[in-house]
Amino acid sequence: MTTKQPLSHLDWLEAEAIHILREVAGQCANPVLLFSGGKDSLCILRLAEKAFRPGRFPFPLMHIDTGHNYQEVVNFRDQRAAELGERLIVRSVEDSMKRGTVVLKTPDEPRNKHQSVTLLEAIEEFGFDCCIGGARRDEEKARAKERIMSFRDEFGQWDPKNQRPELWNLFNARVHKGENIRAFPISNWTEMDVWQYIEREKLELPSIYFAHQRDIVMRHGAIFPVNVSLPSGEVINQPKAGEEVINMQVRFRTVGDVTCTAPVISDADDVSKIVVETATTTITERGATRLDDQTSDASMEQRKKEGYF
Amino acid sequence: MTTPHNDSLLRFMTCGSVDDGKSTLIGRLLYDTKTILADTLNNIARTSQKRGMEAVDLSLLTDGLQAEREQGITIDVAYRYFSTGTRKYIIADAPGHEQYTRNMVTAASTANLAIILIDARKGVLTQTRRHSYLAHLVGIPHIVVAVNKMDLVNYDQATYEKIKADYIAFATEIGLAQARDIKFLPMSALNGDMLVDRLDNMNWYQGETLLDILEAAPAAHSDQAEPFRFPVQFVCRPHDSANPELHDFRGFMGRVESGSIAVGDDVTVLPNGYQSKVKAIQLGNELLQSAQTEQSITLLLEDEIDTSRGDMIVKTSQAPEAVKQIEAHVCWLSETPLSPARTYIVRHTTRESKAKIGSIHYKVDVNTLEQQATSDLKMNDIARVSFKLAQPLMVDSYDKNRATGAFIVIDESSNNTVGAGMIV
Ligand SMILES: Nc1nc2c(ncn2[C@@H]2O[C@H](COP(=O)(O)OP(=O)(O)O)[C@@H](O)[C@H]2O)c(=O)[nH]1
Ligand SMILES: [Mg+2]
Repeated sequence: MTTKQPLSHLDWLEAEAIHILREVAGQCANPVLLFSGGKDSLCILRLAEKAFRPGRFPFPLMHIDTGHNYQEVVNFRDQRAAELGERLIVRSVEDSMKRGTVVLKTPDEPRNKHQSVTLLEAIEEFGFDCCIGGARRDEEKARAKERIMSFRDEFGQWDPKNQRPELWNLFNARVHKGENIRAFPISNWTEMDVWQYIEREKLELPSIYFAHQRDIVMRHGAIFPVNVSLPSGEVINQPKAGEEVINMQVRFRTVGDVTCTAPVISDADDVSKIVVETATTTITERGATRLDDQTSDASMEQRKKEGYF
Repeated sequence: MTTPHNDSLLRFMTCGSVDDGKSTLIGRLLYDTKTILADTLNNIARTSQKRGMEAVDLSLLTDGLQAEREQGITIDVAYRYFSTGTRKYIIADAPGHEQYTRNMVTAASTANLAIILIDARKGVLTQTRRHSYLAHLVGIPHIVVAVNKMDLVNYDQATYEKIKADYIAFATEIGLAQARDIKFLPMSALNGDMLVDRLDNMNWYQGETLLDILEAAPAAHSDQAEPFRFPVQFVCRPHDSANPELHDFRGFMGRVESGSIAVGDDVTVLPNGYQSKVKAIQLGNELLQSAQTEQSITLLLEDEIDTSRGDMIVKTSQAPEAVKQIEAHVCWLSETPLSPARTYIVRHTTRESKAKIGSIHYKVDVNTLEQQATSDLKMNDIARVSFKLAQPLMVDSYDKNRATGAFIVIDESSNNTVGAGMIV
């Protein structure tokens, strides 16, 4: 009889996430894994390998592309999907704009919130009954109340006051046609857990997560990246008149829409340095880097009610 | 201070009535362990100020939904995280109003420790009894009774001792004191006395601080050697004809819900009863010699056995019963009452069965703990119910095994989770 040595916290989180992924595979007829090329979804890919290899993943990967992504991240996304030999579906907000289902107020506004529309369109197109995502409860207050398997009605809406109770590790992913489950295998992970896992598993990441030189301006008290070349070739985030462009060493803590994701000043050029920096930072991931979440205390909750991830 | 090396994880919950200080306690733990970062603190400081409060209201950290902030109450179970460098913690904060039973049972189902808050001015109340009964029912092994708001009773030792004695008397009455590890401490969540720092208002108390207790609490939910239980979640058959090694690969994927398993062990697959031996254990690319509770693994058996999701692999010498009738304590979770005439779905481990209600023996008044006859169940009711099942389930009693003694009840028409069951 082996003595009972509790699992380390990373082993426990890993085991829980694998269990959740396998429950999705066991309970859902047509799931999909949302994959952006960012660090959280890269962790989930490793977890999916541990959950399903030597078999193929029982779901395709899908990216809802805002068209506002860093070239490095898009390249990395494609490279990783190819290495894994798994199918990658890309659906783009720009196609929704062409269809007229996404209407921008200003041409260069952040497109994160418009991803909901494109996501719902893709869910309908493919008939997905479950989307696996990399959201974490520590990211934001509304997320802290979200279930690991979170029910969305036919309109993709989240009703925070009427969620399915979730007990033990008995997950209920049952849905009627048209309804949808959002499954979050790394709900219980913190930013630190993610970095420690990346370090332990020696995961590769898009280069912009590491310290690099970049042109920035200071805008509304935040570091704002300027003159960014998009995969389409377009260059956006032009400095405004009077703004002083500075070349600085920075890294991204999260990678998202180019127009609203700010880097932080850093000289951490490898994962172990990032782990140390994460341990000593005084600002949350979203506080430091998401320029669109700060409008109101409740903006994430609002977006989620409307079908956002 | 958060540092990159935590070696274990503890899940705990806070229980208390509205305003006993649950959110403040959690806020204080996060604050004193430096988990709250400057921007979050600025945000809640601003909100506190807007509301005309003098000090920063730490309860704003956990009350995350718009409606909660507007009404100043907690609506749904919230999960929070902090880490001390030696341990990672997951806290479930369950709100204390109407839907309390349902939320508390939910939070308790994954907790290994419960902090039961008592307002020092009020002492042991009906609510305290209810929280304690529920913590007991849901099998939380470690209980910490925290007498809070000591600052409002001048940090008086006699008040604390009286509450402690009252609680012990009551806990003995309901069998909690005998069955669980109970610890007591005085504190002020608002000031931070005895949470992370001792401060010097209660030098008469020489026991552990709350954080000391948390740091020392065992992480495993049972210290008994439990039998091996491995519900099959998913069967991996790559069917890769190009790769001869994978051609016949048949991996049974799942999580070890209890006990341990080693290569070479004799196993039985239930409910069919096929017997085999463990050929290999895999975790990703790694080959393991053995695996233990809570690990998610892939099992390969010596023989080609037809096994699918919902089956359970056990050690041949420790097989559980396969039953088509169960009796359980059920907590009803749904606004739609249980209707005895209807058929429900019971989900137990990775297995589902249609179920009919045999009978409702009684329901428990969670305030007086009296048993009452009843013919239906409403939200927040706790009752002893027997079910008739269409499919056999491989069960242990909840007392012996939290994983194979628990089930949820699903309403087939709404697909909602409407009940939580603990097999007696
Ligand atoms: N004086 C004093 N007030 C406290 C203490 N703990 C909490 N409170 C106050 O009691 C009220 C309710 O606290 P809260 O944490 O929201 O309670 P909850 O409803 O259990 O989450 C708030 O105004 C707190 O500031 C304490 O130890 N001493
Ligand atoms: Mg509260």
